[in-house]
Amino acid sequence: MAVLQAHAQSAGRGEGTVPLTRQEVKHIADLAKLGLSDKDISLFAEQLSAILEYAAILEQLDTSAISPTATVVPLRNIMRADEAGPSLTQNDALANAPRAADGYFQVRAILE
Amino acid sequence: MKLYELTIHKALDLLQKREISATELTQASLDRIVQADNHIKAYLTLTPEAALAEAHRADQARAAGADGALLGIPLAVKDNICLAGVPTTCGSRILESFVPPYDATVITQLRRAGAVFLGKTNLDEFAMGSSTENSAFFTTRNPWDVTRVPGGSSGGSAAALAADEALGALGSDTGGSVRQPASLCGVVGMKPTYGRVSRYGLVAFASSLDQIGPLAKNVADCALLLNVISAHDPRDSTSIDAPVPDHTQALTPEIKGLRVGVPREYFAGGVQPGVQACVRNAIQVLTELGAHITETSLPHTQYALPTYYLIAPAEASANLARYDGVKYGYSAKDAPDIWEAYRETRQRGFGQEVKRRIMLGTYALSAGYYDAYYVKAQKVRTLIKQDFDRAFQQFDVLVGPTAPSVAFRIGERVDDPLQMYLSDVLTLSQSLAGICALSLPCGFVDGLPVGLQISGPAFGEQSVLRTAYAYEQATEWHGRKPRIEEDSNT
Repeated sequence: MAVLQAHAQSAGRGEGTVPLTRQEVKHIADLAKLGLSDKDISLFAEQLSAILEYAAILEQLDTSAISPTATVVPLRNIMRADEAGPSLTQNDALANAPRAADGYFQVRAILE
Repeated sequence: MKLYELTIHKALDLLQKREISATELTQASLDRIVQADNHIKAYLTLTPEAALAEAHRADQARAAGADGALLGIPLAVKDNICLAGVPTTCGSRILESFVPPYDATVITQLRRAGAVFLGKTNLDEFAMGSSTENSAFFTTRNPWDVTRVPGGSSGGSAAALAADEALGALGSDTGGSVRQPASLCGVVGMKPTYGRVSRYGLVAFASSLDQIGPLAKNVADCALLLNVISAHDPRDSTSIDAPVPDHTQALTPEIKGLRVGVPREYFAGGVQPGVQACVRNAIQVLTELGAHITETSLPHTQYALPTYYLIAPAEASANLARYDGVKYGYSAKDAPDIWEAYRETRQRGFGQEVKRRIMLGTYALSAGYYDAYYVKAQKVRTLIKQDFDRAFQQFDVLVGPTAPSVAFRIGERVDDPLQMYLSDVLTLSQSLAGICALSLPCGFVDGLPVGLQISGPAFGEQSVLRTAYAYEQATEWHGRKPRIEEDSNT
């Protein structure tokens, strides 16, 4: 992973880039629970590297004194009273479920 | 003039005078869709029975003295906005079978105003794209040249409008997805200020950027649609609690003294010369109307693209985590365990561009990279926003081209993601800053429409609409229509 950190820094200084490896692509895909074919792993390694190399242009900017903008609206922590109100019926909520039983969403076992 | 060619305002006038009925108007639009849509392919789902029933109810309501702002007007809705009981696919196999049990807030508001819904329009999958080629189902054609794209991601809505397959339409705009297709299809499209329109019922792509926006045949119609869909909504905690002005009151041909800024960065090398020429001519028209034009600079414009393509995919990677085959949508049946089930569901359900953005976003948020990529991008976002804050101290509106080119050919950019992303380079900044912006036709290059983009400060929709209206009324672009190949009604 330190190799990728170097990639982010060096790209900004135009020193040549370190592309994402297949191993790294597989790791990201696993974080995202996204199955990828062998072909896609190679393709994404190439394409994501190109995009990230281009994104390294942001390194040119000194943002040490700048706060990040997470949201453009001047709103924080919109609250409401903790009171139950109308909501979807159980039937409506389950209507699109690929697998449902006894009024529940059915999932595969997660424990042995 | 055929009924389906009417603008919303003209149709309302004829409806109110009882010269036409809502049923006739909706039937004419449905017939038009049958005639034209094999060649345009704007619609994913049509709802003719429901539409005629809604139109009939509108006629009865009007006869009983009711007068909703859009009573009896047939509209098209982008397929990432929920209409209860009607499939909402988001242009994706992973939601091919999804039928929402609720209406989006904008739909509730449009229903209250008496609108009629013709159907759901095609889009790039999950609103990710600039050409509608990323739809899992098919590509929509540009009515001005069916070998070319309509733009994206709201390509279906823009094409439907340009082909008179609806009197108005809804799209969504995250980085330009209403404005750019409006530009490529020669119609009016607007991204409201972030927080102006509720996102409840809009399938989330990038939560800090998404906005539902109106598409229309002219500026007055756009203003009317904006009136109806704008509101504070307790079900969207990013929606602003501020009064909604009557945007149609802003429409005057009078713009003497209007302070217009022209950012020089919007005329950089990547913008086609023909597009630049049309926009320069448009600026000349504004000058002749009495506006004060001054060149200015938004120095961080060149950083908008990498900023957006870190923030939007990061937010998308979180928003699309819910597509796991458990609650709705496609679900892989044969996987040996739950983890494989998730992976296979998402592998088979998502298209390439969606996968690419999930990967990019996941990477940008992952441990060790979060600061270097996501936080860095959010800081540059602040700089981009500050450019606009400064500019709007000096100017009422800013103008420039909406898209760097006219409609490109289908297939031309699909193999190079970065090349495709460059289509949005002129519209991303406004989304990042959360301000409002509109595109309207300002000319043609080789018979293909060019859009003028007018940007205003947050909640400055009235200045933007006023500028757009004055320009529109002084020109004739909005009267031109593409020639559509038609099937005969059988």
